[in-house]
Amino acid sequence: MGNRSGWGTGMHELSMCESIYEIVDRTAAGRPVTVIHLQVGQLRQVVPDTLAYCWTVVSDQTTLAGSQLVVDTVPVTLRCRDCSSTTTLTDELLLLCTQCDGADVSVTTGEELMLTSLELAEA
Amino acid sequence: MGRFHKHQDGTDHEHGGDQLDHQHDHQHDDHGGAGDRGARHADLGDMSGYQTGPERVVVLERIFGENDRLAAANRSTFDAAGVTAINMMSSPGAGKTAILRQTLASLPDTTRVAIIEGDIETSLDAERLAGFGAQIALLNTASGFGGECHLDAPMVASALPRLDLATVDLLFIENVGNLVCPAEFDVGAHHRVMVYSITEGEEKPLKYPVMFRSVELVLVNKLDLLPHLDFDLTLFLRNLASVNPAATVLQVSARSTEGLGLWYDWLAEVGQRSRPAATISATPRADPPG
Repeated sequence: MGNRSGWGTGMHELSMCESIYEIVDRTAAGRPVTVIHLQVGQLRQVVPDTLAYCWTVVSDQTTLAGSQLVVDTVPVTLRCRDCSSTTTLTDELLLLCTQCDGADVSVTTGEELMLTSLELAEA
Repeated sequence: MGRFHKHQDGTDHEHGGDQLDHQHDHQHDDHGGAGDRGARHADLGDMSGYQTGPERVVVLERIFGENDRLAAANRSTFDAAGVTAINMMSSPGAGKTAILRQTLASLPDTTRVAIIEGDIETSLDAERLAGFGAQIALLNTASGFGGECHLDAPMVASALPRLDLATVDLLFIENVGNLVCPAEFDVGAHHRVMVYSITEGEEKPLKYPVMFRSVELVLVNKLDLLPHLDFDLTLFLRNLASVNPAATVLQVSARSTEGLGLWYDWLAEVGQRSRPAATISATPRADPPG
């Protein structure tokens, strides 16, 4: 295989920042943006430092340079189809019900990937 | 949705701002009470240097919304042409290309195949797949930042004009080798398949649950190496089932061709399922392009 990316250390953060840029640029329509609020579920496997770095790369020398990404991290919650209990994952992404060890769970939260709001500087 | 906040100490919690969507219990014992609320809900007014505070614009837009729209458009294109599209994912070296090579050599001539080949900078994989009569479109994913780690819907869309979809039954989209990023991007395929090599160890489903959950079929490859490895197949299968109990698992070897017959059966089944019976091609394959 000719692939060179270190696996497990992907840079989907870069694609995310490019999408974020497109949304912010369109929404702000030239108004100065200071803060961009995101909601990111833990199942998205976003590395915060990588995301911040990619944003500086993507926004560099644009009207959004210097703006800041603020991430609201959404924990993973599962609902067990067997025993109906709810599990909130705190550490590892082990998708098992903590009550009955069942694997037949649905993900209630943790898959979010949303740009929620912008803060604009005063004109 | 309620609103989640990341605290300085690394804990998260939700403020129940939403009465509609609360089927589950939340333990809010760790809340700091009114002081906490006052401190953390300062989004609109904590800029003490300002008289009126900054303006807040609510957006609520999915970050990959544009990709998902284009993926849906790709899927419509495939449907209109009667093409079954399969997104093949794995880490580098797991054997996607080797399996595709065997597949091209083994499928009946009545199944007309095309491949979109994602590779960072080379055409090496595409060269390995040449000579079997399949249409191949190479997507070099190198960008200004040193190489994309996945295919996305716009990239796949850009390859479609180079394929004659009207003469294709089965389209393989061979993704870039990576266990994280490709899982995030819908490219418009009807089915997601993963190739997993037993040389990768037993624990990867637990470390990369997003990828393992995103697929409906896992080809467990390089089974011919089993006698030479310490790989615990039972433990791997248990780990896989714990993150994706619904996945179909086929144990194969691209090298010895063991088990690949079941993979071809699976391809035939999904191909028929997504095509109306009347349009299944009974005519001989057209001359291969190139």
